[in-house]
Amino acid sequence: MRSRPPQAADPSPVRRGDRWTRWLFVAPAATYLLLFFGYPIADNVVMSFQQYTVTSFYTGDAPFAGLRNYAAVLSSSAFPRTLLTTAVFTAGSVLGQFALGLAFALFFRRRFPLGGVLRSLLLLPWLLPLVASGTTWKWMLDPDTGVVNAVLRGLHLTSSGVPWLTGTSQALLSVVLVNTWVGVPFNTAILYGGLQDIPPNLYEAAKLDGAGPLASFRHITWPLLRPVVSVVLVLGVVYTVKVLDVILVVTGGGPAGATETIATQSYELSFRQFDFGRGAAMSNLLIVLSLVFAVLHLRADRRARTV
Amino acid sequence: MTSPARSSARRIAALLTGLLLLAPAATGCGDRTGSGPSGGEVTAITALDYYTDQAEHAQWGDLLTACGRTVGVRVEQTSVPGASLVPKVLQQASSRTLPDLLMLDNPDLQQIARTGALAPLDGYGIDADGFAPGIASAGSYQGKLYGLAPNVSTVALIYNKDMLAEAGVAVPRTWDELKAAAATLTRPGRYGMAVDANATFEGTWQFLPFLWSNGGDERQLDTPQAAQALQLWVDLVNSGSMSKSVLNWTQADVHDQFVAGRTAMMINGPWRIPALEQDADLHWGVAPVPVPRLGQSPVTPLGGEVWTVPQNPSKARQQKAAQVLACLNSPSNMLTLAQEHHTVPSRTAVAAQHVEANPSMAAFAQSVAVARARTSELGVEWPKAATGIYTAIQSALTGEQTPEEALSHAQQTATGR
Repeated sequence: MRSRPPQAADPSPVRRGDRWTRWLFVAPAATYLLLFFGYPIADNVVMSFQQYTVTSFYTGDAPFAGLRNYAAVLSSSAFPRTLLTTAVFTAGSVLGQFALGLAFALFFRRRFPLGGVLRSLLLLPWLLPLVASGTTWKWMLDPDTGVVNAVLRGLHLTSSGVPWLTGTSQALLSVVLVNTWVGVPFNTAILYGGLQDIPPNLYEAAKLDGAGPLASFRHITWPLLRPVVSVVLVLGVVYTVKVLDVILVVTGGGPAGATETIATQSYELSFRQFDFGRGAAMSNLLIVLSLVFAVLHLRADRRARTV
Repeated sequence: MTSPARSSARRIAALLTGLLLLAPAATGCGDRTGSGPSGGEVTAITALDYYTDQAEHAQWGDLLTACGRTVGVRVEQTSVPGASLVPKVLQQASSRTLPDLLMLDNPDLQQIARTGALAPLDGYGIDADGFAPGIASAGSYQGKLYGLAPNVSTVALIYNKDMLAEAGVAVPRTWDELKAAAATLTRPGRYGMAVDANATFEGTWQFLPFLWSNGGDERQLDTPQAAQALQLWVDLVNSGSMSKSVLNWTQADVHDQFVAGRTAMMINGPWRIPALEQDADLHWGVAPVPVPRLGQSPVTPLGGEVWTVPQNPSKARQQKAAQVLACLNSPSNMLTLAQEHHTVPSRTAVAAQHVEANPSMAAFAQSVAVARARTSELGVEWPKAATGIYTAIQSALTGEQTPEEALSHAQQTATGR
């Protein structure tokens, strides 16, 4: 319509136009986020304050329940144990995944024959459908006929076999082990990426200064990897706290509720007992937990950048 | 408040479908979302079930097609996996896109009927006369019939004839005989008995014959009768006659253990018969679930899928669906289905006929005649009690709690505390 004015002379119309275009570019992503993440979360929050049953799906009628769902969930006699199980499961899995992931990442940083092949093999657990790997683990851990106990018996480490899935404390260990196995590839991949960013000449310099492998890990690798470590750990917590499929497939929350976490409880309430209001309340606790860690993550991230 | 949004979404969906599928589908679509009863002649109806197993899907597909032909409609069958049927039905209920003919597992019927999404069958002259009383009650909600199952099943004791003969053990009829037999049959690498004591409704379902036959009741779980039943399972595990792994086994796992010769007896259903028959070297027999004392008859839970007619704006479609449902439940089709799936026809007279031709079904048919629907007493409250029961089983079998403690806790779960 009119010719583009020189920028320095009259910046404001251009900037306004810019602002519109900027919004235009943001709009698809923003719409997507609002539609597919914002709406379900908002809906879940609303649902947790409603008495939402099977009938509500058909009639659209869900009476307001106030805080009753939260009260019921929090005061349930099983809740303290569920919370503790969730904490143990999450901490155990995250630490296990991280330690193994870091070990593998450090190992594969060295160049050796078939290193590439082995590294891609390590990603396999990630590619398998969880139900398939979970079922296989369930078979392997079967106390009577599973291969794990067969090996342990063969090595004379145990005579009666470990009740991997039938002992209340062993079952929790089992799901932690399986979930660790599932998460190692992710940790390895991210940490390996982080290691690639550390300039190799630092190590050479350290070597010249007489630093051994331990010292160069402590003074070079670890400090430079720190930002990546905090990302991996926080993401690990957020991913693990909501794990459902591994537990459902391997132990189904049993025996005697020993592997029941907030996530499996929420599933149980919603899809087995059809109490969607309480299920939503339970899953909102998970969202709050994840948010806490997300904030921690952002903080850690900012500090890492400013330092 | 949500209905305008819903109907516009439906209109958009219809438009898109029409565009994609072009003329023929668009007219089909028109009849469905169109102006209801005056939608013209019905040429096709939709059906939803969970028969995803290829053979089963085909067998039901054939029957639906045949029944459709007799009433002059094409039946479009869709099958989804068992676990996703109810979630799918809930989605469809909220978007008013339920199929014309819907299959449900019988304990789910009351939940869905309560929503008002299903049409009562009495309006179509369909009743449950001549059906096993358990299945009639499973298909009813607040005194009205909403669903009918052409064939039903229950559980019984399946045993390995060779192992029993070799150990010189008679087929156990009572709990004491069961304990003794299981102990005698147990040896290295083999357990005498197996059940599914899984932390799911399947575990509850397997325990019900023991609970009910002893006079236990799901309305009041903290009774001596219930504790005795649970004690029986605890004894079997503690004596080593039953693997502790039952805590983690599904019914399919129990079956695999039996076929592999790692257990001599198991509780399972007739739907396992085709697989059992595949192994010519396996000689098995079926007996009723053992009862507390001689002379009692076992009270077992009723399994089977009921067919229902969801509410539909087009009464003409609903009419056709009801006619197909009636056809599925006709005596001759029941017999065909029972033959194909090794189940029991749900009409008592037809069941007798079926047993004459298939003696191995006698134990199942006998149990079905007096079998109880899981929802007959608690109705929509059943899932809570069922959760309480399997939790109690798990606590008792792991030794976390005594049967009495576990069941009093279960009673708290069931009453929602």
